[in-house]
Amino acid sequence: MLTELREQLKAGSAEDYLEKLFETIRRSKINAFTTLAQESALQKAREFDKSPWPGPLAGIPVAIKECISTAGIETNCSSRILQGYIPPYDAHVVERLKAAGAIIMGKTNMDEFAMGTSTETSCFGPTRNPWDLERVPGGSSGGSAACVSAGEAPCSLGSDTGGSVRCPASFCGIVGLKPTYGLVSRYGLVAYANSLEQIGPLTLTVEDMALMMEVIAGHDWRDSTSASQERWSFVQGLQRGIVGLKIGIPQEYFGEGVDNQVEKATWEAISRLEALGASWQQVSLPHTRYALAAYYVIAMSEASSNLARFDGLRYGLRVGEDQDWHTTFSEIRARGFGPEVKRRILLGTYALSAGYYGRYYLKALKVRTLIKNDFLRAFKEVDLLASPTMPIPAFKIGERINDPLSLYMADVFTVPINLAGVPAVSLPCGFAGQLPIGLQLIGHHFEEDLVLKAAYAYEQATPHHLKRPEVA
Amino acid sequence: MEEVIIGLEIHVQLNRLHSKLFCSCSTGYHNAEPNSHTCPVCLGLPGSLPVLNRKAVEYGIKVGLALGCKIEEETLFYRKNYYYPDLPKGFQISQYDYPLATGGQILIKGDDGERNIRITRAHMEEDPGRLVHAGTIDKARYTMVDYNRCGMPLLEVVTMPDLRSPKEARSLLDKLRSILEYLDVFDGNLEGAMRVDANISLSGGDRTEVKNISSFKGVEKALSYEITRQRNLRRRSMKVVQETRHYDELRNITVSIRSKEEAHDYRYFPEPDLVPLRIAAWVPAIKSTLPELPDARRERFVSEFGLTDDHAKSLTSEVKVADFYEAVAAKAPAKLAAVWIADVLKGELNYRGLGIESFKESHAVDIVNMLDSSQITEDVAVEVIRTILDKGGDPGGIVKAKGLGKAGDEAVIRAVREAVAECTAALADYRAGSPRALNYIVGQVMKKTRGRADPGEVHRLVLQEVERA
Repeated sequence: MLTELREQLKAGSAEDYLEKLFETIRRSKINAFTTLAQESALQKAREFDKSPWPGPLAGIPVAIKECISTAGIETNCSSRILQGYIPPYDAHVVERLKAAGAIIMGKTNMDEFAMGTSTETSCFGPTRNPWDLERVPGGSSGGSAACVSAGEAPCSLGSDTGGSVRCPASFCGIVGLKPTYGLVSRYGLVAYANSLEQIGPLTLTVEDMALMMEVIAGHDWRDSTSASQERWSFVQGLQRGIVGLKIGIPQEYFGEGVDNQVEKATWEAISRLEALGASWQQVSLPHTRYALAAYYVIAMSEASSNLARFDGLRYGLRVGEDQDWHTTFSEIRARGFGPEVKRRILLGTYALSAGYYGRYYLKALKVRTLIKNDFLRAFKEVDLLASPTMPIPAFKIGERINDPLSLYMADVFTVPINLAGVPAVSLPCGFAGQLPIGLQLIGHHFEEDLVLKAAYAYEQATPHHLKRPEVA
Repeated sequence: MEEVIIGLEIHVQLNRLHSKLFCSCSTGYHNAEPNSHTCPVCLGLPGSLPVLNRKAVEYGIKVGLALGCKIEEETLFYRKNYYYPDLPKGFQISQYDYPLATGGQILIKGDDGERNIRITRAHMEEDPGRLVHAGTIDKARYTMVDYNRCGMPLLEVVTMPDLRSPKEARSLLDKLRSILEYLDVFDGNLEGAMRVDANISLSGGDRTEVKNISSFKGVEKALSYEITRQRNLRRRSMKVVQETRHYDELRNITVSIRSKEEAHDYRYFPEPDLVPLRIAAWVPAIKSTLPELPDARRERFVSEFGLTDDHAKSLTSEVKVADFYEAVAAKAPAKLAAVWIADVLKGELNYRGLGIESFKESHAVDIVNMLDSSQITEDVAVEVIRTILDKGGDPGGIVKAKGLGKAGDEAVIRAVREAVAECTAALADYRAGSPRALNYIVGQVMKKTRGRADPGEVHRLVLQEVERA
């Protein structure tokens, strides 16, 4: 779709297209955007219309998650503490988007500092699910998923620390990828949990995903955890088919706690993959039940340290009269962070404290190794793993926000992937009533090509991705 | 009296590097506008990531090797978490387990002769920014932060509690500085280049830590103050409390800033934005670039040039002086050059607060050679050195212009005759059996020749003249 859009924009007017998007957003009830870069984006579009430039994303507007730095456009992670912060620099992925000809159209809503599964913890209020405005779009990249699903943006970037791209992709019925750790530079991504997260695109189709990934994947010397290969090719191999592909079904990802309709849709998807020439077998990822605990210890520990820099001294929120240092920065942090962020800072600080470090953080790292080994063992037998992305379809706004544990439990199939550092895509595989269901395909490290090839084959053989919410 | 036990943590800025530890900002911020040497990385802006300066690690390994440390196979960076306005990320990237270098020693001039002080470890970390208070720290209405220093590469060298006096602590710092300058990784003349935390206790007592002392003299004074304070407590049967103290340089006292209970929990954990660094393979190449270090050079000066150990030590403590000496010794008699550079020139420079670079090697060569060939006397040589330092000029020119060349035989003989004739009282004393009275007459001759005569020669001539008269 992006390829066709690019040709349309070249022949027609990028300005008109962008104006139409902004008009849709203005009338929208979804609350996907936090900041619209109307002036700079329209300016760019007019320049493009005057003399179109080349590039794989030439003239295409892209929406960017709040936590990805954009030079000159406020980047506040949907937190009061960062309101008013305008980065002086672009994240590596934003540089790459611009170099590919894209136009940055605005920033999208998210759970505060990416801490959530529902986009309800944002200081801008919740984003709504385009399929049912009473429901959450998933999170934390809820804005990025909702805007694409609702036709308010052709594509977007999110970030995935424990499912934050795949969960909202699943709830909003679009495609979302969590790349292999190290494939996409994190330079400019405001860190939640550095060792787990990756920036990933959200798109309407798998082909669009492959195109976006070709633009943003590749080495960046400013990120020491970035893999060395400069450029990656994903589009070319999409149509090669999946005959002979071996798919593993992790037994721990089915059964108790999984919604019946979700489980049914996932099995149908597996059958469809089989019909397309793949084979499947049961595999076991025996340490899955420790994944959530390990994930939350690691993520919160890193977060407690990452978020220490927000003291209002150099940027962001200032409150009242300046007192002495301790009083002032305590006051700013007390007022600037929301309850979920405070909860995670406290838990993370506790887990890293003297006497507890070995019991929690080090232990979590050991579990992480075991989980990674589970995946490595599975990938000796199979090429891909398939599972539900989320155990349930989108839930109602307010339904779970006061029960953090039940929210954390929803991440059960997405966090092991981040712990292992492997890539996974979520794509539409059916509906529970009105609500989309997502299929998760998991690959070996740096085998995004295989993941996308299988996703493409499935998508082309099914109609789910063609159905759009009424608001779109 | 009870034994004094001192251990030091020395923070060395590797300020000969051109860029900071985790970004490409320049290290040349001294005298620059505040916050002009900063970027998203060293300001800790959201989303920025550190990239390790490879050269800084090489410098660190170099120091580790020079101190006889074991270099770890693999080294790791950790986050040290604490809140302070000079720390823009809310944590400092430092090392914890798996530091760059462990073990090692530094040979110092101890209170009872030379002694090895053991080194526990040397690890790398980033420098925080600098706070500038509007007024004194306790009365300032506001405080400004300058992040220019933020991210400067630091090497923290930690000693065992092997030091037994403030003087020994000073001696260790002098020696460390000497080694660092030999390695060309450090310039001790820059502000804030070396800062010291000192742990001190009396045997059997709890220890206190005096933090962030910024001068060598300050270390000596702070430690002396602490020893007196701890002894006084003991005398009054009071306990020394384990705590962190601040050295107030103006009032020359230490004051408590944190008790043991308030000690920080730094919540160290591995820095997830940096990868473990395998450094074992770097070591051979770095080892091969290690220069001759002060102790080795001192030994060589003794064996190669036949110098006394004192002269050799004096000439090798500063690398610039040692280089200067070797250059002079290549073109003039080595032993004579050693005496003149170590005993005279260094003193004259020191007196004027100047470094060896204020004196030309060729001038030293000329002076030593003129002395060696008896063209000038020792007194004249001193005068020439002083003239060059105070007014400029070159040795040949000064000798000529001032008529300082050694007095001719006739002039000396004339002066001797005159002096013997004039000093009747001294002559009488001499004849009455006081041989030292002759020295007075020699002095008069030196005066008449304005120091241009050789005192030994004059002594012989005076004796001759006296016997003859």
